[in-house]
Amino acid sequence: MSSVSVFGLCAAAAVGLGLYGLITNPQSLRKILAFNLLGSGVFLLFGIVGRRGAAAGVGNDPVPQALVITGVVVAFSATAMAIALLLRLFHTSGSTTLGSRAPTSSRSDAPGG
Amino acid sequence: MSIATVFEIALAAVVLGLAIWTIAVPETYSATVGFVAYGLLVALIWVRLDAVDVALTEAAIGGGLGGVVLLGAAARLRDAEATAAERPDRSTRLIAAILSASIAAALAFAILILPDYAPTLAPAVVANAGATGMANPVTNVLMAFRGLDTMLEKVVLLLAVVGVWSLASDRAWGGRPGPRHEADPNGVLAFLARLLPPAGIVVGIYMLWTGADHPGGAFQGGAVLASMWLLVIMAGLADTPPVSSRWLRFILVAGPCLFLVVGLGGLCFGAAFLAYPVAFAKPLILGIEVAMILTIAATLALLLAGAPERNT
Repeated sequence: MSSVSVFGLCAAAAVGLGLYGLITNPQSLRKILAFNLLGSGVFLLFGIVGRRGAAAGVGNDPVPQALVITGVVVAFSATAMAIALLLRLFHTSGSTTLGSRAPTSSRSDAPGG
Repeated sequence: MSIATVFEIALAAVVLGLAIWTIAVPETYSATVGFVAYGLLVALIWVRLDAVDVALTEAAIGGGLGGVVLLGAAARLRDAEATAAERPDRSTRLIAAILSASIAAALAFAILILPDYAPTLAPAVVANAGATGMANPVTNVLMAFRGLDTMLEKVVLLLAVVGVWSLASDRAWGGRPGPRHEADPNGVLAFLARLLPPAGIVVGIYMLWTGADHPGGAFQGGAVLASMWLLVIMAGLADTPPVSSRWLRFILVAGPCLFLVVGLGGLCFGAAFLAYPVAFAKPLILGIEVAMILTIAATLALLLAGAPERNT
């Protein structure tokens, strides 16, 4: 079994696990973690396809590599944004769930706050 | 089976185990710790795939800075997450499991039956390396051949900072992000925050400079600089700047603006948007990278610091 197949199976499993966690975990922070896991699996699939495209003395096709570097940075900024939204939600409502039965609290800020 | 194959299978198994742990463990904080470990080990997979530039980015941003954001949030939300809503019922979980398993199986199948002929752009990238005067193919793609992606990504980072800042309450509008950190001035953290930054700043600048010919570049260097700044802030030796300060905002827009100006210059005087004149390609790219490393370091650190929380 080549390294491409070993890591390819690993990446496919990470995508599946991330999707399952995204659907079934009720906590918002767990959903963010699961979404990052899913994204990491997709990036690895890019790397595996790039590894197969090794040519001209370069061990991994540089174009998907550059796309993944851009993707990692964008995923980080989206995660930071999601965490900031979550902390703000917790600060204003005292809860981190978005469900219809989420407790409403009187601690919320003034309008526009 | 060679030693390398055994190592690869063991690495894949540990990474898979950590992924399962992240999804299945009941406590959110443990799941977060598992995910940070996962991110660092995935960097090793990238090394095995011969993509050292990606491995550096994954370790610095995916595992390091991302880990700090997630762990900080997990610590602050510890009580709220424990009392969160009930899990979905059994049938929903079963359908989700079937859906996820079939998608994973389809991806695995697609990877295993890929044809032997693999399309690649590597020869084209290597053949055109002379146009920029840099030997690292990934930096060439990032800064020249697909420069538009990198420029727009800087804009995405800027928008994320604007989004995080706009979550401040009225009281803290334009104030300083995050809590004021207090640490024992004679403790280990304060000692490390004095010891590490001089070396860390040199390492960050070296990663930028060596990125022209070897693995490295503005992203990886910027992440190292950001972590040095955060270390000093967390040790209480410096405070986060108020987000309304002019010099901070200037640094945040310097990278994308210089990129845009050079791009428009290519449109006016050259062949196309972002087309570098061959004689000046390397100095122009280096100039953009120097502005970008400052922007990236400031942006990553501010994304980590979060929304403004206080005005003093």
